Amino acid sequence: MSIGKSIKRVDAFEKVTGRAKYTNDYQINNAYVARILHSTIANGIVKSIDISEAVKLEGVVKVVTCFDVPDITFPTAGHPFSLDPKHMDIADRKLLNQRVRYYGDDVAAVVAKDEITAARAVNLIKVEYEEYEPILSIEDALKEGVKPIHDDYPDNILAHSSYEIGDYENAIKEEGLIAFEGEYETPTVKHCYIESAVSYAYEEKGRTVVVTSTQIPHIVRRVVGQALGIGWGKVRVIKPYIGGGFGGKQDVLYEPLNAYLSKIVGGRCVKLNIPREENFVSTRVRTAMKFKIKSYVRPDGRFVARKIELYGNKGAYASHGHSMVAKACNAFKQIYQDEIATKGDAYTIFTNMPTSGAMRAYGIPQITFAVESHVDEIAKALKLDPIEIRKLNMMKLGFVDNGIKCYCNGLEECIEKGKKYIDWDNKIIEYKNQTGPIRKGVGMAIFSYATGVYPISLETASCRIILNQDGSVQVQMGATEIGQGADTVFAQMVSEVLDIPIENVHMVSTQDTDITPYDSGAYASRQSYVSGMAAKKAALKLKEEIIAHANFMLKLPLGNIDLERNCIVNKKTGEVLCSLEEVAMHALYNKEKSVHIRADITNQCKSNSFSLGVCFVDIEVDIPLGKIKVNKVINVHDCGKVLNPELAAAQVHGGMSMSLGFALSEHLIFDKKTGRPLNNNLLDYKLPTVMDTPHLEAQFADTYDISGPFGNKALGEPPTIPVAPAIRNAILNATGVSFNTAPFTPQRLVEKFKENNL
Amino acid sequence: MAKVVLSCTVNSEPQQIIIDDRDSLADVLRDKLHLTSVKKGCEVGECGACTVLINDEAFDSCIYLAIWAEGKEIRTVEGLMDADGEISDIQQAFIDEAAVQCGFCTCGFIMSSMPILESDEEYTRDEIRKQIAGNFCRCTGYENIANAVEKVKEDRMNNKK
Repeated sequence: MSIGKSIKRVDAFEKVTGRAKYTNDYQINNAYVARILHSTIANGIVKSIDISEAVKLEGVVKVVTCFDVPDITFPTAGHPFSLDPKHMDIADRKLLNQRVRYYGDDVAAVVAKDEITAARAVNLIKVEYEEYEPILSIEDALKEGVKPIHDDYPDNILAHSSYEIGDYENAIKEEGLIAFEGEYETPTVKHCYIESAVSYAYEEKGRTVVVTSTQIPHIVRRVVGQALGIGWGKVRVIKPYIGGGFGGKQDVLYEPLNAYLSKIVGGRCVKLNIPREENFVSTRVRTAMKFKIKSYVRPDGRFVARKIELYGNKGAYASHGHSMVAKACNAFKQIYQDEIATKGDAYTIFTNMPTSGAMRAYGIPQITFAVESHVDEIAKALKLDPIEIRKLNMMKLGFVDNGIKCYCNGLEECIEKGKKYIDWDNKIIEYKNQTGPIRKGVGMAIFSYATGVYPISLETASCRIILNQDGSVQVQMGATEIGQGADTVFAQMVSEVLDIPIENVHMVSTQDTDITPYDSGAYASRQSYVSGMAAKKAALKLKEEIIAHANFMLKLPLGNIDLERNCIVNKKTGEVLCSLEEVAMHALYNKEKSVHIRADITNQCKSNSFSLGVCFVDIEVDIPLGKIKVNKVINVHDCGKVLNPELAAAQVHGGMSMSLGFALSEHLIFDKKTGRPLNNNLLDYKLPTVMDTPHLEAQFADTYDISGPFGNKALGEPPTIPVAPAIRNAILNATGVSFNTAPFTPQRLVEKFKENNL
Repeated sequence: MAKVVLSCTVNSEPQQIIIDDRDSLADVLRDKLHLTSVKKGCEVGECGACTVLINDEAFDSCIYLAIWAEGKEIRTVEGLMDADGEISDIQQAFIDEAAVQCGFCTCGFIMSSMPILESDEEYTRDEIRKQIAGNFCRCTGYENIANAVEKVKEDRMNNKK
């Protein structure tokens, strides 16, 4: 039995010995290197480019500009392809762009014999621009008469979606309701995977091969085909070990350009390593959002009607389009249910900022920050306990929205565990009526998060398992290990179903679109749920095949034997009849009926389950210094059955740390006039270090989700949702001051404390 | 720019390598000696993924010119495994404490922790944290990394007693 055990990571040994090969670790003889020239204006067009000096430099192989690339626009989102033209991802960028849409857009590229030459050549290219006024904010983008960033979107609105449940206008007429209004804002932040975006491309037998650090190899294959205008079968994508993704590599980044650069040098190998500073700006960022919430509440705290207006800053290109903002807007009606009406309006707005795409928990950290801040304001005004008001309004078992169901609900248990760890009741009393420069506070926040993307998008996953002669198996998943531990839980699943030792399950970690079956990739916390269903189904099929052959081999009738403890056994008595190894050997080498026992299946998932959880914090605020010290922090998750307790806790730690950064220090800053990035490096972008990180407590509710392959539901992204609002609410508890814009940097804290005469 | 011969010791083996005098130590270790445990995450000394030991002190090898390593003793994660294939206590602790996720920062953290582990001094958890604060990790929240280092430090100190 492997499920529920803290099995060590199947790739840990390779990683602690330095043997695990990442994209940049492959030795390629005489590979060229490429560098990209990024625009130094945020909005405008390239009028001309002078490459004469650059091409003279010794070691330069080729210089290409936006005037040379194919006239093909392509989409980049890590979404499954849609056969319905109305739901296709927006194809709005070329390999290099003449129309410049943000400071850092790609206008030219150099292929050279070494990195130094490539970098120097980029500096020798002269670009003449026609410059337009940069549109850097949502407000500016929506002004009348502004020149559109994309001609197809004349008002700069990529999309507007809305819903209304019940009759909002009528509901708010109820007598005795108290109205609350609030505005909230979340920043532009960066994934900061430690392995920067990197790929290399070459041609082999007339086909393009791209080796890349990606979460979505099969989608990269399709988009490279689209971007180059070649058959998708002519593209092969290989994903080695990945140094973190967090949604940043759930987008096709520079793989199409890399493939093109190889093509124009005769299929020679070209490596394209995006330097950290460029990676911050020219890949993808988390969507900055603005929220306006209005709530009508009864004096006992029951929500009667609420509405939200949500604006997402898309940046320059569509990438994931409107889906992030729409998902955030939907979450507003999921975590809490109003008694009568809920209304939502969501807008995605193009600006001349870096392109925003997916980042861990896909819009939900943003909306949860707004909603959970808002709920605490209501609780405070009504003098209600923040926990009680949540319990009164939060999601109940059986709730369904947009095809997503609450199959099991451990929220109450999560709250009880968090409350106990933080000593909530006592701290609430202890921290009342504080004075002086250092004040303590407790805060909490809850969330819900869907598992996968059904029914909005196709959820399909594949798995192939092959029985080896020694009774071990190798498992090929289309799903992608990117550090989250997917390969380890897949191995556990196969070991569980077949009842064979975990060390007899060999995971093929490298995805190669020529070999591995199809899966959309690592995103939406879907791997253990959606791809896990495929692993289970394939293992069950393999078991069937093994038993069928054992029947033939042992000349026994159907139904009397089973596969248990690595052996074929008498179903009734448990008596061992032969080993799995004997069956495997016989299957392959017997002269009557040779079979190579394997299972190769696809599973389409048609369910989706809400994953739930909570964060509690105990902090102290240094008012004169504007500094927050987190003394205690705990996340408690209802992720259904915990497949691997130690790895699950580790996953939670990482999410909590990311959310601490979201709350306290992380935001990309841009020059307000030009849109030039000001802190696009790991020194000035304040990623938490170990010194900034307190002990991270991770606990779990004891639940079982009947819709999950092993009782499990999402855990990959959810840990990064609730910490920031919990900290925000603890500051409110400590100081009485409301911070509605994240992050809470010392500068912002001091300014606001002064305003409030603290 | 000139080609020069670098003489140094890498993981106990004497080396003579022809290098470009502008090469970083990280590039020489990776490209000439294929020591791919040395990862490049930023190439400007911010992330710590390329940390190696130079005469027993932890350095970001990406901003350490290879020519400065002349005559010095370099150690990387590849040097921690013994001749029989046994990995070191700190590598095993990273596995056991679930301190590894994507793994890209792992080898840098292991090398950053070596001066602590090889020192005769006691280290508190806070002192350990300070010593490894030059390394970034985005996956683990550092919790289990600090646990792994602390555990091995404790074991080694106990064994000395």
